[in-house]
Order: sequence, then structure tokens, then C-alpha cells
Amino acid sequence: MKSLSRIFAVIRKEFLQLSRDRLTFGMIVGIPLIQLMMFGYAINTDVRNLSAAYVDESETSLSREMISDLAASQVIILKQRVASIQELDQLLDAGSISIGIVIPSDFDRRVIERDRAAVQLLVDGTDPIILGVARQLTGVPVRFDTQTEQLRNQPAAIFEVRNFYNPERRSAVNIVPGLVGVILTMTMVLFTAVAIVRERERGNLELLINTPIKTPELMLGKIFPYILIGLLQLVIIFSMGRVFFQVPIRGSEVHVLLASLIFIAANLSLGLLISTSAKTQFQAMQMAFFVFLPSILLSGFMFPFDGMPAIAQNIAEVLPLTHFNRLIRGIVLRGADMFSMMDELIALAVFTVVTLTLAIVRFSKRLD
Amino acid sequence: MSDNSIAISASGLSRKFGSLLAVNEVDLEIETGSIYGFLGPNGSGKSTTIRMLCGLLTPSAGSAYVMGLDVRKDSEALKQQIGYMTQRFSLYEDLTVKENLQFVSEIYAVPRKQRKPRVLELLQDFKLMDQTRQRAGTLSGGQKQRLALAAATLHRPKILFLDEPTSAVDPQNRRDFWETLFELAEQGTTILVSTHYMDEAERCHKLAILDEGVKVADGTPRQLGDDIHSHVVELVDDDPNSIRQALINREGIESITQLGVRLRVLIPKSIAKPIELVKSYLGDRNPNVHIEQVTPDIEDVFVAVTEERRDTQAMQKGVSI
Repeated sequence: MKSLSRIFAVIRKEFLQLSRDRLTFGMIVGIPLIQLMMFGYAINTDVRNLSAAYVDESETSLSREMISDLAASQVIILKQRVASIQELDQLLDAGSISIGIVIPSDFDRRVIERDRAAVQLLVDGTDPIILGVARQLTGVPVRFDTQTEQLRNQPAAIFEVRNFYNPERRSAVNIVPGLVGVILTMTMVLFTAVAIVRERERGNLELLINTPIKTPELMLGKIFPYILIGLLQLVIIFSMGRVFFQVPIRGSEVHVLLASLIFIAANLSLGLLISTSAKTQFQAMQMAFFVFLPSILLSGFMFPFDGMPAIAQNIAEVLPLTHFNRLIRGIVLRGADMFSMMDELIALAVFTVVTLTLAIVRFSKRLD
Repeated sequence: MSDNSIAISASGLSRKFGSLLAVNEVDLEIETGSIYGFLGPNGSGKSTTIRMLCGLLTPSAGSAYVMGLDVRKDSEALKQQIGYMTQRFSLYEDLTVKENLQFVSEIYAVPRKQRKPRVLELLQDFKLMDQTRQRAGTLSGGQKQRLALAAATLHRPKILFLDEPTSAVDPQNRRDFWETLFELAEQGTTILVSTHYMDEAERCHKLAILDEGVKVADGTPRQLGDDIHSHVVELVDDDPNSIRQALINREGIESITQLGVRLRVLIPKSIAKPIELVKSYLGDRNPNVHIEQVTPDIEDVFVAVTEERRDTQAMQKGVSI
């Protein structure tokens, strides 16, 4: 009971202060508005090592040769062979592959007769860069002993690219969900990063640590108001995304909300951890920016995750934004079930628990 | 530590900051319901001692018990028992007077039904009814100080720590403030207050004089005056400057403090007739001077004990005076 009273006291106080702090209030609404407009344009680049799976219904030496040629191109990494197109669909939905290759049973005949495309590429179009890569793939030559010349001259006819999820290839469709994560990272980390340092700088902390309030109570009281603010930003971004860029939400809105909640909590905890380490508000902001850059560059928001070197991928796996990007793109663009991406949810939850615990441990109710 | 008449006790309490010894082996014994003062210049260790007694700073050495609770181990249990008024205004400047008090009442988990009446009571007691909806940041120095004291006493603490509470307050407000402190003490609250105002120190039941982290003297103001090893001779003349010139650096003159046309001169008790000594130094150049031996006040005590400490320090270092 006492605990609740104290947590509630901090929450109420934070809201009162927020309502009087015009600058912060402006940031809550302003940052999503400005960012969303600025990132209306995408940045494309070359990609390698996209994960892929294939179905081979013809099982001829030609089909096997073509698959090995595709693998040799290094643009894709063949993760597995599956039995049916339905399985490929599932893998795409879960986000475990970016490209699915379908070789029909009459592959050899199609290659020779050239009346229809011989191979179908199922592409995760949520990322325009991946789509571009798939188009490159169509240029891979397929050698067929008797008709080499002919095939090389007309390679395009061998592959047919089918763009999943984003048939019109609009960048905004991909950018907006990614932007949700970027904006939440920037604002949430920053708000809580200064939250405790500010009280320290203004002298309030000396009063606060002399009261019976417990550290977890203070931390929870600090986090809660910003969770609501994060959700407010989420609504702003998706509403604007719908109005200005016609970005649909294909999956469940409840899943969007739940995934965002975990992600917001992860960022707020990280902010608090920064706040317990920094001595001044300025230092806290510097540390926050130290988190922003890798988040934006490595999380898959700007460049596809699969195309990055292993070290960058490892760093990215630690960042909450990486996991959230996979989740939110999956839910919003592929209409995927949140729980089909359990790994990402667990990663975010673990991150939250670890950082919050560290923040609580690091925060001392003493001045020494 | 079971003695109920002692609210705060400390022995050998020390605190180092790096190589700086901010508080050096301070012993304290403060009676329940008394107003105990810490007198000393800036940097004498007043705030550091108070922070250690609140459990905000861990002592580097020594021990301290507040209400029988060990400040090292039981600092959390201590928080509910004590009120602390920081040197710098530490309530939220962007909240109103009432919101600040409400926040404090919730933080101390005052039972829900008692919160509103308690806040109202404090607003009345501390004459803040007209400022209820005013932001704390826009209050005057005296109002801020009243608000801070109201917040510190909201949960009816048994012990109140006040760290230079009157440094930003005009004389009238200071008087009122001390009236409030006496009322609180009468109700049984033990108050530890630090100050660098001599007149405030004189109002305390007991006080300790701190200098460079060392407690150089303690006792009731009167006791302290009786205990110093000096006579106080007061001289009144139209030309205090020439008297000063005549006395300065002469044998047996410890210090000279000028207060307008008055000079207060400290002379060691080893000299039996201090007035005669002064007269002998003056000769006949100030025929109208009025010379009188007076009882020492706190300022005299302060000057005497800090001078004494400097002298012994200098002697220990082998420097001739």
C-alpha cells in the first residue's frame, strides 16, 4: 500500500511537471512530425547474404545447377530446402527468410520452350532494398548445355519476381514502421536519461533520497508516465503514416501495441541506466546519442540486417531497435502474428529486465 | 544506545573526501527535545556531519546513532523518523506550494484521509495560505524557507536536521523562523541546526563550534563563554583606530575585533589584571576611552577557540608565533 502511494506520488508529480514543461511537450509531438516528414525518402544500397529458402519440384540436374549458381553469387544464402510453396510462405511471414525460390516441376521444359518464366522468386517487399536485390538475381545466368547462348541472351525470362507485402514498392510503406522504432528510441531514451540527472542538478534528489521512497518505486514512477507518452507517439506516427503515406497495418493492432509496449519499456530502462551514470544533463544527452547512432545505422532501419558484416550484426542484436524493427515490420507489413517472432519478444524483455535491474542497483540513496 | 534522553550520539565520526579530511573525529551527544547548533564558517564540516547523521553519507570512520539507529546500517529505517531541510531549496520549483506538500505527504505515505487536513494545517501554520497555488520557484526567500520547513516537518519527525536554514532570509523572517523552532522543540522534536550567524548560535540550547572539520568546543552558550581561556575587554572611543594601532601585536593581546566604535580585545586568563594591561599599552593618548571587562559572547568564544587551535597547530609544526 505504502509502496503504491509512493509510486503514484512520483507518477503524479512527473505528469504535473510535464504539463508545465513546454519544451518537452513540444518534443513529444514535434519529433514524430518532423522525422516522419524527413524520412519520407529512403536510402538504397547494395546487399549480399540475404537469407533464402527454396522449393525444387523438378529435381533435375539443371535445377540443382541453377540453385548452386544462385548460392555462388553470394547475394543469397540458402538456409533450407522446403517441400511446398506454403512452407515458403510461412517462412516469409515469420521473417526468417527474405527470399523464397520456387522451381516448378516443369522447370526444364520452361527453360527450353521459354513460353513462361521458369523460376519464381518470392520476395519480402517490406524492404525495398531486398526487392532491388531480387531483381539483380534475375540476371544470374543459367547454363543449359545445348542452349547456352540462347539462355544467356534472354536471362530475364527465366525468373519471375513476385513482390510480397509491398506490391507497389513504396519506400514509405517500409520506412514508416521502421520510423516508429527510431522515434521511440530517440525520445524515450532521452526523456528518462535526463529524468534523474535533472533532479540531481536541481537539488531535488537530496530531498528525495532522504525520504522513505525505495529505489524501485522511484524508477517505476519515473517510467510509467513516459510509457503513455510513447504510446501517444505511436498513435501519432501511425495516424500520420496512414494519412500521408497510406501505410496500412496488416496485422493485429493489439499486437502492434503490445510489441511497442515492451520496446518502450526497454528504451525507458536504458534511459534510466544512463541517468544513473551521468553527472549532468548534458552528459546524459551525450550518452543517449551514443545509443542513437548504432540504433539507426545497424538496426536494419537504414540498411538490411542481412547485408551487414558479422560484427555489426552482433552489435545490432544487442540493440532493442533491431528486434523491434523485425517485430513491427512483421506485424504491420506482413500481417504476421507477434508470437511467431517469440525470439524478438524475449530479447526485448530480457533487455528491459537487465537494464532496469542495473539502473536500480546503480542508483544509490547515498551521496557518496 | 537505549538511553531515551539522548536523541543523537556520535563518537569519532570522520569523513574523508579523497585526501581532504572534511570531518575529523567528532563526538556528539544531543539531548531529546533540545535545539543543538553547529556553528562554523563555510567548509568547517557542518553539512558533511549532518549528511552523515541523516544516513546520506557513509562515515569513513567512527560511529553515529540517531534514535538508537545505526546511521551506517539502518539508514532506511531512519528516513521515516527524521526530517531534513537541505541548504539549497530542494522542493520542486515547477510545482505549486500545495502540490509540493501533497507530493511529500504521499511520499511519506501519510494515511490518505489525513493528507488533506495535514497539508492545510501546515499551510496555515507556516503562513502560506495566500501562496497555495503559487509555483514554488516564484516564492520569496522567506516563503521558500517556510515551505521547506513545512515539508520537512510534514510527517511529524522526531528529529529535524536543518542545514543553514536561514542563509537566504531577512531578519524578521529569521526571528519568526526561530519562534517556530522553539515551538517544535517544546513539542519534543530534537533539532539540529547549522548556522554561521552568531546570534542564531546564541539561541540554541547547546552548540558545537566546528573549525576545519574539528569540534573545537561545545556546551551551552553560557558554558562556552565561561570556559574560554580569555578575558574580554571592551573599549569604546571616538578613535578606535588609534587604539587598535596601540594594541596590535602587543604581548598578551590575543585578538582585536572592531564593532563600530567598540573594540573587543581578548586577553589570556593568565593575566590577572587585563584592564591594567590595556591601560598600560594605551598610555595617555586616548583620555576619553571607556574600558570595561565584559562577559564573553558567542563571537568572542568563536574567535578565542579558533585562535587557540591555530596557535597549538602552529606550535606543533614548530613555528614561532
